[in-house]
Amino acid sequence: MKRVFFVASIAVASGLWMQAAVAQTLKTVKDRGVLSCGVSQGLPGFSTPDDKGNWTGLDVDVCRAIAAAVLNDPTKVKFVPLSAKDRFTALQSGEIDVLSRNTTWTLSRDTSLGVNFTGVTYYDGQGFLIRKSLKVNSALELNSASICVQTGTTNEQNVADYFNGNHMKYEVIAFGTADETVKAYESGRCDVFTSDISQLYAERLKLANPADHAVLPEVISKEPLGPLVRHGDDQWFDIVKWTLFAMINAEELGVTQKNVDEMAKSTKPELKRVFGTDGNLGEQLGLTKDWFSRIVKAVGNYGESFDRNVGAGSKLGIARGLNQLWNKGGILYAPPIR
Amino acid sequence: MASAARKPPSQLGIKLRRALCGRAGWGGFALQLLFLAVLFWVGYEILANARANLQSQRIASGFGFLSQTAGFGVSQTLIPYAETDTYMRVFVVGLVNTLVVAAVGIVFATIIGFAVGIGRLSPNWLLARISGGYVELVRNLPLLFQILFWYLAVLGALPGPRQSISLFGDIFLSNRGLVIPKPIAQGGLTAFGVAVVIAIVAALVLRSHSRRQLFRSGRLLTVWPYVIALLIGLPLLSILAFGAPFAVELPQLKGFNFSGGMRIVPEFVALALALSTYTAAFIAENVRAGIQSVHKGQLEAGASLGLSRGTALRLIVVPQAMRVILPPLTNQYLNLTKNSSLAVAIGYPDLFSVFAGTTLSQTGQAIEIIVITMGVYLLISLLTSALMSLYSWRSSRSLGA
Repeated sequence: MKRVFFVASIAVASGLWMQAAVAQTLKTVKDRGVLSCGVSQGLPGFSTPDDKGNWTGLDVDVCRAIAAAVLNDPTKVKFVPLSAKDRFTALQSGEIDVLSRNTTWTLSRDTSLGVNFTGVTYYDGQGFLIRKSLKVNSALELNSASICVQTGTTNEQNVADYFNGNHMKYEVIAFGTADETVKAYESGRCDVFTSDISQLYAERLKLANPADHAVLPEVISKEPLGPLVRHGDDQWFDIVKWTLFAMINAEELGVTQKNVDEMAKSTKPELKRVFGTDGNLGEQLGLTKDWFSRIVKAVGNYGESFDRNVGAGSKLGIARGLNQLWNKGGILYAPPIR
Repeated sequence: MASAARKPPSQLGIKLRRALCGRAGWGGFALQLLFLAVLFWVGYEILANARANLQSQRIASGFGFLSQTAGFGVSQTLIPYAETDTYMRVFVVGLVNTLVVAAVGIVFATIIGFAVGIGRLSPNWLLARISGGYVELVRNLPLLFQILFWYLAVLGALPGPRQSISLFGDIFLSNRGLVIPKPIAQGGLTAFGVAVVIAIVAALVLRSHSRRQLFRSGRLLTVWPYVIALLIGLPLLSILAFGAPFAVELPQLKGFNFSGGMRIVPEFVALALALSTYTAAFIAENVRAGIQSVHKGQLEAGASLGLSRGTALRLIVVPQAMRVILPPLTNQYLNLTKNSSLAVAIGYPDLFSVFAGTTLSQTGQAIEIIVITMGVYLLISLLTSALMSLYSWRSSRSLGA
């Protein structure tokens, strides 16, 4: 909460000089030599520091991919942990260059916050986590329940819509950070913890006995999560957007972290285009010709990152579901690199 | 030879000059005016620039958001509130919650603070040591830690609603809070209210009458039996004549929670407890300092008049000590009010949490909301300090100082 004051006062004070800072993000990042990336305060699978202090996760990989594309070094990222309610202000004020923090893309955020969403890294939906001992099998049985939610999220309004729409009573207790919310749920203050389902699985791992808690089957909202940048810098917007598209296209083209060097030698026209041996697509973005291989070398393709962080290869074990490629039954679809 | 009375020189010009420019003369006045103009200009530039830049970055600005629908629930609303109400309503709900927790905190902090402060000076060894220990323990631990302690360790340890502790059959204590029967207004409420007001006024008149008698003729009138008779009898009469003022709605366990009845949420209890015990430790020190600033001879003089220690404290020492106690006491009240914004850590929906938190992140209008919030805290603080100044002015006047 201090951060909000700080950022707001900076925003007011820098009103005088802000004009010049717009539309220069790429140059700023290159001059600084470090990408400043807003992430969560610790959400397993998406952005969380490991025991050595290295940040890992799907959202973190997006940051690293951008750093690899722009600075040719995926380690040159300064991660800024932000609570749900501080995140937009931090981006608006220029404290971070990109926000990659499981943030839902909505119309009002896209239009009134001075930010632009660049794509979807994870198609999510909101659900409920509940103790198995309460023997509740459906969210429709939750009449008069107490619900813990993190403040500053779309979840708060979704809960109100869902319960009012189904003529159920509820009590909502909103906490500042995810940890406080989970702690209150664990202490029994609430019957239910509600959030995006991916987050429910992630937070469940932090509970004393994860097997005692279950996610209810209802998905009450659409939560497309993705990175976002400040409004008004189209070049930087393009770079962040196409970094994610590159990861998705890499999976579609079968390019992996392991075989990237071999594939780069390929004579296939579409591979020659993406690797920059033919044409200068990377330079059109304001990057280098080898931007694509830099990204894949750093974090792998989307599928690899998904498996490593939230999928089968991780503790979360979330199925690909909607986040499978469009030609494999999901809805993940990136425009072609050409 | 009688000289004509000489008129004194006109003081108007000098007075005006002194009022406007202090000692610096007219030149100083011009400088001050210039400084003020520059200050206004800088302020205007900052505002205009921030506005232009917000617009160019397409960040919404202005206060129109206050009339938009909020669309989220709040756990404690002391005024009617629904999700379909506006952000303006959310602001008022949050403000009321802040004021309530601050007021309750101030009352309890004052009571505990005075008790501990006086206790620390008590000749009773154990009482003095316990009071001292309390002060040293409580004031040296961070407030946020204490709030979380009360919330998670103490109140969080209560059983769930289905196993709640029942007192007298109709009061339930669980980790969802304290549920008590809810009074519902009935026909006799108006008459009851009027009776209570009359009883209180009459009791006050009696008291001042007895005091006047005491000062005028030295006679001590015993009025307390009449006061008690008034305070109990009049409302009782109104109930007999006009019917009961309240009906009672009993809480019942239904599904996950209690329905019916009134509920005090644990967030409120934890916050009020932490704020009042924490601030009480500081107030206790103020009180001790105030009492020690009164010369020991005053207490001895009281004792020599045959007053008990308690009476001497109440009538002689504390009124004099108040002059020393009041200014730092005001500080503590202000601190308590501002510290109530730590509520966000335990999900108590105070102004900071629902307005500068939820509303801010949903509308994204940081500058407007932070400015409003700062303004409100400033206003509350200034009002508190004005009230305390008024009180201190009155009490110093009555002491003849």
